[in-house]
Amino acid sequence: MADLTTNVAIDNHLTTADGKPLKAALAAAQARNKRRAFFLVLPLLAFILITFIVPIGQMLMRSIDSPGFILQTDVITKEETPLMVNLGLWFKDNPQGTEPDEAAYTALVSDLIALKKTRAQGQAGTRINYELAGSRSLFTSGARKAAKLKPPYKEAMIKLNKKWENPKLWQVMRSASSRYTGSFYLAAVDRTRDANGDIVRVEENRRVYVNLFVRTLRLSLLITFLTFILAYPVAHLLATLPMRKSNMLMILVLLPFWTSLLVRTTSWMILLQSQGVLNDAMVGLGLLDDANRIQLMYNEFGTVIAMTHILLPFMILPLYSVMRPINPSYVRAARSLGATSWTAFRRIYFPQTVPGIGAGALLVFILSVGYYITPALVGGADGTLISNLIAFHMLSSLNWSLAAALASLLLGGILILYWLYDRLVGIDNLKLG
Amino acid sequence: MANIDADAAFVEFDRVQKSYDGEVLVVKDLNLKISKGEFVTMLGPSGSGKTTCLMMLAGFETATHGDILLNGVSINNIPPHKRGIGMVFQSYALFPHMTVGENLSFPLEVRGMVKSEREEKVKRALDMVQMGDFLSRRPAQLSGGQQQRIALARSLVFEPQLVLMDEPLGALDKQLREQMQFEIKRISDDLGITVVYVTHDQTEALTMSDRVAVFEDGRIQQLAPPNDLYERPDNSFVAQFIGENNKLSGTIKSMDGDIVAVELANGKTMQALAVNVGAVGAKTLVSIRPERITVGSNDGPNATEAQVLELIYLGDHIRCRLNVHGDEEFVVKVPNSAGHQHLVVGETTNVSWDPRDARALDPL
Ligand SMILES: Nc1ncnc2c1ncn2[C@@H]1O[C@H](COP(=O)(O)OP(=O)(O)OP(=O)(O)O)[C@@H](O)[C@H]1O
Ligand SMILES: [Mg+2]
Repeated sequence: MADLTTNVAIDNHLTTADGKPLKAALAAAQARNKRRAFFLVLPLLAFILITFIVPIGQMLMRSIDSPGFILQTDVITKEETPLMVNLGLWFKDNPQGTEPDEAAYTALVSDLIALKKTRAQGQAGTRINYELAGSRSLFTSGARKAAKLKPPYKEAMIKLNKKWENPKLWQVMRSASSRYTGSFYLAAVDRTRDANGDIVRVEENRRVYVNLFVRTLRLSLLITFLTFILAYPVAHLLATLPMRKSNMLMILVLLPFWTSLLVRTTSWMILLQSQGVLNDAMVGLGLLDDANRIQLMYNEFGTVIAMTHILLPFMILPLYSVMRPINPSYVRAARSLGATSWTAFRRIYFPQTVPGIGAGALLVFILSVGYYITPALVGGADGTLISNLIAFHMLSSLNWSLAAALASLLLGGILILYWLYDRLVGIDNLKLG
Repeated sequence: MANIDADAAFVEFDRVQKSYDGEVLVVKDLNLKISKGEFVTMLGPSGSGKTTCLMMLAGFETATHGDILLNGVSINNIPPHKRGIGMVFQSYALFPHMTVGENLSFPLEVRGMVKSEREEKVKRALDMVQMGDFLSRRPAQLSGGQQQRIALARSLVFEPQLVLMDEPLGALDKQLREQMQFEIKRISDDLGITVVYVTHDQTEALTMSDRVAVFEDGRIQQLAPPNDLYERPDNSFVAQFIGENNKLSGTIKSMDGDIVAVELANGKTMQALAVNVGAVGAKTLVSIRPERITVGSNDGPNATEAQVLELIYLGDHIRCRLNVHGDEEFVVKVPNSAGHQHLVVGETTNVSWDPRDARALDPL
């Protein structure tokens, strides 16, 4: 039976002149090409892997993995020492919500003494401090004094500092004792766990991130819309003017594009600041009283104006690239068939530019959602975007896990929008050039 | 057919001039009257201003000077969408984002027609061009010839009185083009519409038109029915633009009624019909159609010697290049009929033609 099938199979398959099966020969021939192609893209692949995929992976990891409370890594030898071992055991034996007893405090004291020896009290305190402000000094002073404490440790500790009794502190220590945690994601959406481990919103005055996400989304949509409104007629002009004039105009469009981003942003600062060109001009013209100069910058207005200008080419170019090949005879045909110029535009011209609108909008939107420099310089307090806060946590507060969680949420949000866009418009309808 | 009556003119160009840049006149003093139901073709070399004329009529360009009248009313200030003129573009201009059916119902929609009526008319228009099965296709899914038919149907679906066609068959192969020529002609006759057709293919112009306007350099050189245009060209440009043509240049020696004696460069004289000549002593170009020349005949005043230079066998006829009166590009067509004279390259024979078939025209 088996013989029969192989025979049939051989009979049915074409062979090359020297008797090799055609499929195998083809595969061999293509394998060579594929190998060659692979070697050609290898440098880029390695580059992307090292500079893009790996950091993003690390960022995603860091947003859930913050072992500062349970692991000390030697900077030089990379040797890992476990911290807070006894407390970890106690948390394992006693479920969430158990009142910390004498055993718990005994474990805590012995762990604090151990912290002092490995000089890890600052690191552990910082990790707790991320979720409960003021905990770092509690840990450093606690570690300093722990060796002198006498049992019963519970009373002694509470006498030392009343904060050791705080159920919230115990909740945070419990969550920090497990290696992986979702608490940074909770923090990134203004949520936290209360003493019972339930998810609740943080106090009113500390709700920052959700507002900032909403603002980022709102301003990005606004900027996308504004660039569209401004870019559409310009792109149309570019596409329909005679070559010589349209080249001139194109240079005007691209010129700012070639200038440094920082230069463009600072020139907006010169224009918009309250002692700036615009305000001076209005005061000079008598439109404005010297005392009530308008605040054009360090607010949302400044961010929107400057970013709209800076992102404009990203809208103009895709629009131009779809408008250029549209034959003017389409609109003429529509007109000759009885359509007014408005109807011809709406029914004939506009639908043919939709792929360019999609591409431009997607580009501008994604760029503005993650925009950093411009809002940092002209945004002030009201005009900053989520990326400015991510930068803050990266550079100033050094809470990298929270920064990573915020960035991951941003990335996830963009991927969802991209998916939605694909469902609604279709990515294959996109035309970038 | 066309009755060329000033009052009955349906479309009229009245001393129309057009310049795009204020320096060059692209259309110079155009006067043209077209009657209702007529099929008029604008024929001319590239850049002679044919499309410009069509665009002015459709309303996409404005005349720099002069009037364009439709039904006796000046349309200079009527926007294109109110002119009610159907148009077929060289590139077809079918809307790529709409199906064939949507393309056809577009002109009806903008006229506010109800759905049932639209569907009815679209179906009728599609059947007219035998494309009834293609209603839901996109233009990109059609062949060139099919797109052409749809473009034609779309220009007719709203029942315009006047249809303009700018080289509608330019992108098709020869066979399809001939088929479409026939079809366009049939449909325009059936519907009784007036057609202004632009082409630079003279065969197309001659086979389809009631009258042909030969354009050159922004001017109409001759406006005449096809047979007149071919047989009785008014000037040298038309004579050489339409069909093949032998040219002999010389000077007018004497005139006798409408027959002139022309002295050629080699000193010999021939007789020709005076069509477009100056006084005695003026230069002239005599045009003779190749098929009007008899080979091997020694009769008549224009009989002369000819040396055979080249023979090309073309099936139904043989094309002979001869040296006649020192002109080495003199072409004669010998029909491949039973018992025709077999020429041999290098032999000397006689050729002759009727003085009325030799038209003395303006010198080039
Ligand atoms: N939009 C324009 N701007 C400036 N000059 C133009 C424009 N359109 C046409 N011309 C010029 O006007 C002249 C006539 O052009 P037109 O398109 O009418 O020629 P045509 O007879 O249709 O030629 P073809 O057979 O090649 O289509 C040409 O010299 C052309 O360069
Ligand atoms: Mg043309």
